[in-house]
Amino acid sequence: MLSKRIVSCLDVRDGRLAKSVRFVDTRDIGDPVSTARNYYEAGIDELVFYDITASSDQRDIMIDVVSAVASCIFIPFSVGGGLRTVEDCTRVRLAGAEKINLNTAAVADQSLITRVSRALGSQAVVLSMDVLAVPASPQTPSGYEIVTHGGRTRTGLDAIAWARRGEALGAGELVVNSIDADGTREGYEIRLTRMIAEAVSIPVIASGGGGAPQHLYDVLTEGRADAALIASILHFGEYTIREIKEYLRAEGLKVRMV
Amino acid sequence: MIVIVDYNAGNLTSVKRALDYLSIPCAISPDPHKVLNAEKIIFPGVGHAGFAMKVLRERALDAALKEAFNKGTPILGICLGTQVILSSSEETDLPCLDLIAGTCPKFALSDPALKIPHMGWNSIIMQRPHPVLCGIADGDEFYFVHSFYPQPREKTDVFALCDYGITFPAVIGRGNLVATQFHPEKSGQAGLRLLSAFASWDGASC
Repeated sequence: MLSKRIVSCLDVRDGRLAKSVRFVDTRDIGDPVSTARNYYEAGIDELVFYDITASSDQRDIMIDVVSAVASCIFIPFSVGGGLRTVEDCTRVRLAGAEKINLNTAAVADQSLITRVSRALGSQAVVLSMDVLAVPASPQTPSGYEIVTHGGRTRTGLDAIAWARRGEALGAGELVVNSIDADGTREGYEIRLTRMIAEAVSIPVIASGGGGAPQHLYDVLTEGRADAALIASILHFGEYTIREIKEYLRAEGLKVRMV
Repeated sequence: MIVIVDYNAGNLTSVKRALDYLSIPCAISPDPHKVLNAEKIIFPGVGHAGFAMKVLRERALDAALKEAFNKGTPILGICLGTQVILSSSEETDLPCLDLIAGTCPKFALSDPALKIPHMGWNSIIMQRPHPVLCGIADGDEFYFVHSFYPQPREKTDVFALCDYGITFPAVIGRGNLVATQFHPEKSGQAGLRLLSAFASWDGASC
């Protein structure tokens, strides 16, 4: 059987780790490559690098980061943020990323999902969706709406419909990030994750709200997620990857131990 | 020097990066002469079997791979490379390389909870010892991404299995050829151990 995956996300600005990451043991706390390397050695199953560089003339730095990461960690990783064309995505892929994360750009231009999927294969396309709980309406019957720009922009898209649409357009995997749960550390949005996991036949990575190993267990079982994304609890050193995996294994889940 | 066969099938640089990290000399090449004269060959790939066979023929790499196999060059197939070394694949009507007798069916799984492609980390079940698997323990996990799986005709060509609703061959081989359905270059320390073992393998089977 497949193991449940534990994925971590690193925010990178101008080639340096953003301040949201305060990992204690890294040699250089600002260096995404050494943090990635630490997580890799500790047994993370996959990594996501999110480029939050504001100005486009700094974007090439990210290619150097991707290339440096690919030269010293040998697990799949994806890159998102600021990728708007097939050419952008191909460059990141050639630099060594296994997968591309599309979010706002895919909402703005849905054909991007299909075009990247045709160029790189659907296994390389991860559709990342930021989801906000809203009152159910004819437009958003699920009671969940897709938002973009880090939650600032409402799109009117129903989350379940968008997940299905993303799969049909060629996404090979979904990240379901609950804006409501994000940052709370009180647990993932189980209901949302499960609704989406049951609506599509591609893997779902749950994101937002992971604050304790029990939360990961809940979303990987009751929430039907294939993977769980963790950020701050790892970056702030509250739990190690081994502690989380040992907990999940003791609870009966199959996880990869290193 | 290990030659990594370039036939426009996916991200060959990730294999090269892993070998570079291990300080194992290697080069990516689309040239059949270089493939034929290589000390060792890695035959990776992701993508479509039909497209792969078409490019292999156009570049005369199909004949080079067969000849290299026949003269005893150690060869490591990875993912799509592992599928097209068999006689045929359900993914294409084109005949495949037929270095190992067998075919490549698509997953047909009765459990709707099991998604296709089979993507992620899964453990392998050792069947028979192989020099390239000397650093690998039963149950070690590797990274898989595939919708078709290799099915050699002879049981003796299967060295390790994997379970995903059905039990399918994850490592196959014959003589100087060994091939993994998973990606050793994306499988952490276990994958690097396998690549190191291949680099020091003389091609003799157990």
